[in-house]
Amino acid sequence: MNTASHALDHHDGHHPAGLLRWLTTTNHKDIGTMYLTFSLLMFFVGGAMILGVRAELFQPGLQLMKPEFFNQLIGVHALVMIFAALMPAATGFANWMIPLMIGAPDMALPRLNNWGFWLLPPAALLLTMPFFLALFGIGDGAVATGWTLYAPLSVQGGIGVDFAIFSIHILGISSIMGSINIIATILNMRAPGMTLMKMPLFCWGWLVTAVLLIITLPVLAGGVTMLLTDRHFDTHFFNAAGGGDPILFQHLFWFFGHPEVYILLLPVWGLMPHVLSTFTRKPIYGHTAQVWSFIAIGVLGLIVWAHHFLTSGLPVPALLYFMYSTMSISLPLAVLFFCWIATMWRGAMSFETPMLFALGFIVLFGIAGLTGLVLADVAADAQYHHSYFVVAHFHYALFAGGIMGVMTGVYYWLPKWTGHMYSEKLGKLHFWLTVISFNFTFMPQFFLGLAGMPRRIPDYALQFAEFNAISTVGAFALGLSQLIFAYNVWRCVKGGDKATDRVWEGTEGLEWELSSPPPHHSWETQPVIKAG
Amino acid sequence: MSPTVPRSQARLLAALGLLFVSGSALADFTWNFPKPVTPIGRDTLSMHNQFMIIITVLFVVVFGIMVYSMIAHRKSVGAQPARFSGPRGALQWFWVLVPFAILLFIDFVLMGIPAFHAVIDMEDTRTKADMVLKVTGMQWKWQYEYPDSGVKYISTLTTPREQIEGKEAKGEHYLLEVDNPVVLPIGKKVRILLTSTDVIHTWWVPQFGVKRDAIPGFLRETWVRIEEPGIYRGQCAELCGKDHGFMPVVVKAVPEAEYVAWVGQKKAELAAAAASGDRTWSRDELMAHGKETYDKICAACHQPTGQGLPPAFPALAGSKIVNGPLLSPDGKLIPDSHVDRVMNGKAGTAMQAFKTTLSDADLAAVITYERNSFGNTKGDMIQPAQIKALR
Repeated sequence: MNTASHALDHHDGHHPAGLLRWLTTTNHKDIGTMYLTFSLLMFFVGGAMILGVRAELFQPGLQLMKPEFFNQLIGVHALVMIFAALMPAATGFANWMIPLMIGAPDMALPRLNNWGFWLLPPAALLLTMPFFLALFGIGDGAVATGWTLYAPLSVQGGIGVDFAIFSIHILGISSIMGSINIIATILNMRAPGMTLMKMPLFCWGWLVTAVLLIITLPVLAGGVTMLLTDRHFDTHFFNAAGGGDPILFQHLFWFFGHPEVYILLLPVWGLMPHVLSTFTRKPIYGHTAQVWSFIAIGVLGLIVWAHHFLTSGLPVPALLYFMYSTMSISLPLAVLFFCWIATMWRGAMSFETPMLFALGFIVLFGIAGLTGLVLADVAADAQYHHSYFVVAHFHYALFAGGIMGVMTGVYYWLPKWTGHMYSEKLGKLHFWLTVISFNFTFMPQFFLGLAGMPRRIPDYALQFAEFNAISTVGAFALGLSQLIFAYNVWRCVKGGDKATDRVWEGTEGLEWELSSPPPHHSWETQPVIKAG
Repeated sequence: MSPTVPRSQARLLAALGLLFVSGSALADFTWNFPKPVTPIGRDTLSMHNQFMIIITVLFVVVFGIMVYSMIAHRKSVGAQPARFSGPRGALQWFWVLVPFAILLFIDFVLMGIPAFHAVIDMEDTRTKADMVLKVTGMQWKWQYEYPDSGVKYISTLTTPREQIEGKEAKGEHYLLEVDNPVVLPIGKKVRILLTSTDVIHTWWVPQFGVKRDAIPGFLRETWVRIEEPGIYRGQCAELCGKDHGFMPVVVKAVPEAEYVAWVGQKKAELAAAAASGDRTWSRDELMAHGKETYDKICAACHQPTGQGLPPAFPALAGSKIVNGPLLSPDGKLIPDSHVDRVMNGKAGTAMQAFKTTLSDADLAAVITYERNSFGNTKGDMIQPAQIKALR
């Protein structure tokens, strides 16, 4: 580690201490840490909101809140979880790991990187501020339209909608800057000899994500800006009386919204093969096939958006097109599942916490994929659409797929980041509580949807009572289990058994050649990847 | 506490109990679609059942292989890791490609072909349609119109506030009951046209297998052919504001003779209402009918007390608009006046143009009521005939 200590001599003395260090840092590890910390914090904020919702839905009748407030909680929960918890977590991973994995000294654009992070707290503040303003009699609370902001409901809404629009603008700028940075880093700063096809899959997952973000976010930004001008300047983009069309908003929103699902999941799909390979002590199966699957899913993800509103009265050819194109996503996705299981096949498996989370992810995300396949069917979708069946489906995709994927990564890399081992006992406890309570929460929602319960209702008919009660009990158990996670991470940051440089027995890759934790500046001299 | 609590607790215990003693209380749980009563509903259910079997088989096979691997290829039982990282040789390539061939077959043949026919069938709203029903969604009620007979009325939730707030025991059809259900004849193909006056709503009756958005400014369509008489209940499925959870759809399907009789009776009611608009109403009549209309149509937003829920839903008590002048001296409409607001609504807000949904008598009565209630003491009144002249 000669290069690393050389770096320490030169730079470490210069950066400011305390709060100013974090405000001004351009170090990819510091920024990664800030992203991850922010994400964990917002995960609990978004979680607290939905526990309020689940408490209200525990029994039929309105017990705790008015429908107006209920509608605010569901929409802000989704926006917080997607934009302020899941996306920053993935960006935190990218910041920490991409330079280490490709042998780069830092991200390509370090100042942009700092700015990208520091736009997030104001955006989160803007999103949630209307809740507090309402306490002082200003406005009628946060955005109450659901995260989809469908016009004309959002044209009618209060100041919460304006706050949400500006928040989305800022979050979008932050994500685009992050994406530019990641693309610039990956394309320019790989170690000599690391061709694109040799690049670790996590970096590939992120590369496709970054491209998707740059393609789709401007469309969302345009859509919400049109909404803003409809609200305040009497444009009529979404108003039929003025020649506009409410469904136009849905097209614009879901042109972003559907790729967004893959934006959230691709970094996790990129991470999985590394974890599986480590704990099976066997090389990744189908590296190239997975790269092409990522690209195929990215491309297909851009052309299937209208399956989110198949009941809106699209013409028959459009219905058929969106149905079959959506079904075709199952093929590249099946390649990924095949490669994951083939990586495990004839390995020598051990089941540490990251491996448990990875396996839990594969099975539960499998349920999301399979139910997604039937959701594509137009006639069946007429039943599933906007029912709890869909709610269950996308929580299998985004909690079991997204959040459990992030937890896989945290347990996998935490020893590398901190130099300490987390508590394996607490990690396993966290895993089992999470998986069991997750299924208690969301499995009943499939049946609620089939029985005919619409989503986003604060009160429901009596035949839905039993499953809702089970779901609420599950949700509280799920929420409380995550405190174990926070505690385990906190303990690991503070201290614990020393982690070795390789951390796990079966690891492969540049990042494991550095010390644990890596020096503040790493890979100042690029490593060389041998041919072959 | 409310009398509903013990029952809810009993239900919860039953629910949790079921998780451990499966099979005992299955009757309380619905695991699949409610019984379909239309051809589309039946098709959808059988397709759904078929798909569920397919994906269950896929799930069991794929994760069966994975679980076998997890058991057989453990380090703790001395497994030695292989080094392969892709298919080698023709045989391995064959076994790699087989699952994808199977998936292609499932996607585009096994599921794709029935799905194709279902779409074509579902969207064929016009062939041999026997009648038309027009459904208009509005915050937060449905209006039903039968263009053939001119019958038109509004359907709103009848579950009392006390049940929602837990002050009374909840009834059997809690939140799924309305004052005027849609009445449709069985065995007839009903083409349903949908639109909305404000935001997007979605008309959904699970037993029909039909769900279609009602979009302001546009007509969308779907169809049903109900095969059995009965009462079918559904709900709005698109978030449409605060009372989204409180605008149920109730359809009463009856034999054709009964339907014809019902249409006749509705027409007579309509004629009587129109006739009542032509006579002069007394102040007491207007106030009584006004209160009835207000509680049904206006109270959801402006509240029974007239205090509203500001800032989204302004108070009528002490309102400048309500306490402003009624009409101009020559009997014309004053822009942005009380009468203008009630008849023509306010763009960009939940306040609709009620002249399209309420009768002359309803409008006159509710305006008169609002001007002389909640502490407002204008003392004036407006006659249905005057409203008619303003239309």
